[in-house]
Amino acid sequence: MASTPLVSAPSRNGHDAANPPTPDQSADRGSLLGRLARGLAGQVQRRIPRADLDERDPDYIREQLPWMWMLASLWFRGEVRGLGNIPDSGPVLLVGNHSGGNLTPDTTIFTLAFSTFFGVERHFYQLAHNLVLAMPQLAFLRKFGTVAASSENARQALDSGAALLVYPGGDFEVHRPSWERNKVDFGGRKGFIRLALDRNVPIVPVVSIGGQETALFLSRGERLARLLMVDRWARLKVLPLSIALPWGLNVGDMLGHIPLPAKITIETLPAIDIRKEFGADPDVDEVYDHLMRLMQDTLDALASERRLPVIG
Amino acid sequence: MRVGEKIEVSAPIDRVWEAVADPERVLSFMSGVTRWEVDGDRMTGLGARYRVLFRVGAAEIGGLIEVVESDEPCELAWTSVLGIDQRGRWRLRELPGGRTSVELRMAYGVAGSGIWGWLAERLASPTVSGHLRRSLRQLKRLIEYEQLRERAAARRAARAA
Repeated sequence: MASTPLVSAPSRNGHDAANPPTPDQSADRGSLLGRLARGLAGQVQRRIPRADLDERDPDYIREQLPWMWMLASLWFRGEVRGLGNIPDSGPVLLVGNHSGGNLTPDTTIFTLAFSTFFGVERHFYQLAHNLVLAMPQLAFLRKFGTVAASSENARQALDSGAALLVYPGGDFEVHRPSWERNKVDFGGRKGFIRLALDRNVPIVPVVSIGGQETALFLSRGERLARLLMVDRWARLKVLPLSIALPWGLNVGDMLGHIPLPAKITIETLPAIDIRKEFGADPDVDEVYDHLMRLMQDTLDALASERRLPVIG
Repeated sequence: MRVGEKIEVSAPIDRVWEAVADPERVLSFMSGVTRWEVDGDRMTGLGARYRVLFRVGAAEIGGLIEVVESDEPCELAWTSVLGIDQRGRWRLRELPGGRTSVELRMAYGVAGSGIWGWLAERLASPTVSGHLRRSLRQLKRLIEYEQLRERAAARRAARAA
């Protein structure tokens, strides 16, 4: 459920535009590849369903909790700590580091934990990459409260009083190499801080470990993504390479993979009221650095608890 | 799925009732319970509501429960209002010699969850049964130890007098 950075100037569905931005559009306007990329971009955009917070279905979520519980408990031996740090009511921005390729087991486990802790009645939304929502087989995610990552959707969710989970690192972080598994990497994306300030909501950092051990992630494949122009037509900056079941060498991870049963541990940290801690007009860079330090320290502590990869 | 465990406590039934009906003491003997908070004005008795959470596997599961039967000092039953479907019951029975039989039952599940729900309920049952068994043992230890301390304190007071 990799999310994208929060952007502005939304239109249909809360996205940038029906045609994604292409800075050097004029240069390749005439080229075959350029036209193909624009055509595919249009196709992807058309497939993204219009964001509607009302699509979240508490009864549906409730009925899915058993298989989520089995997956989380038996396969991933999930452990979620500190949910009591999330304010009991009101809007809150949950900011997590993201791992596990396109399957992102940390999101499944956290959604289960949040839904059982606070009850499915508490409104809870997650921002996801456009491509995730464009896939017909993942349409069920909308019932879980998954909406396309955009500043408009994020504002709408927070204004409704909901808890909103964002992964600023998104596709960039989720496909980092396995040897960087214990590194929080948002790629400098700070839009979530401006969002929290704009809506005056607390930020709750959510730090997870184990997801990047569910396969051997080799490379983000940024060069490959540029070469094949997937950054144009799918808003993907990466085309990851990994060794994963059942494919062996897995390029793109578009069909997903069978994740190794790595132990996933998630720690929810105390809520941060930005204006209370950083003053009435906080410096976004300072808040970002503080948050990154806090999350990295927590991830380091979680990493020190692990004896072996996958086993935990 | 319904699970239940039973134990005998060497204490009068009123003493056991005091412990099981007091929401402030639940956390001291209930295994796996991470939260048991009063919700509303009513602390105990019929209609009292509590927000409860049990740790089972990867999640803390629970919700809002309401006391639907309070027959002092024998029966205390609750059912869920929000969250996972659950019913629970304390069944206390007086035994000869100032002893009490204590039974704790719990039924849980997710209505409408089909085969996955059926399977998850069965997979969770050893954990839930284990929590109930440990809860009863801890309740027994707590009450009997309290009695011992009180008797010892009474003996010390008598000697001092």
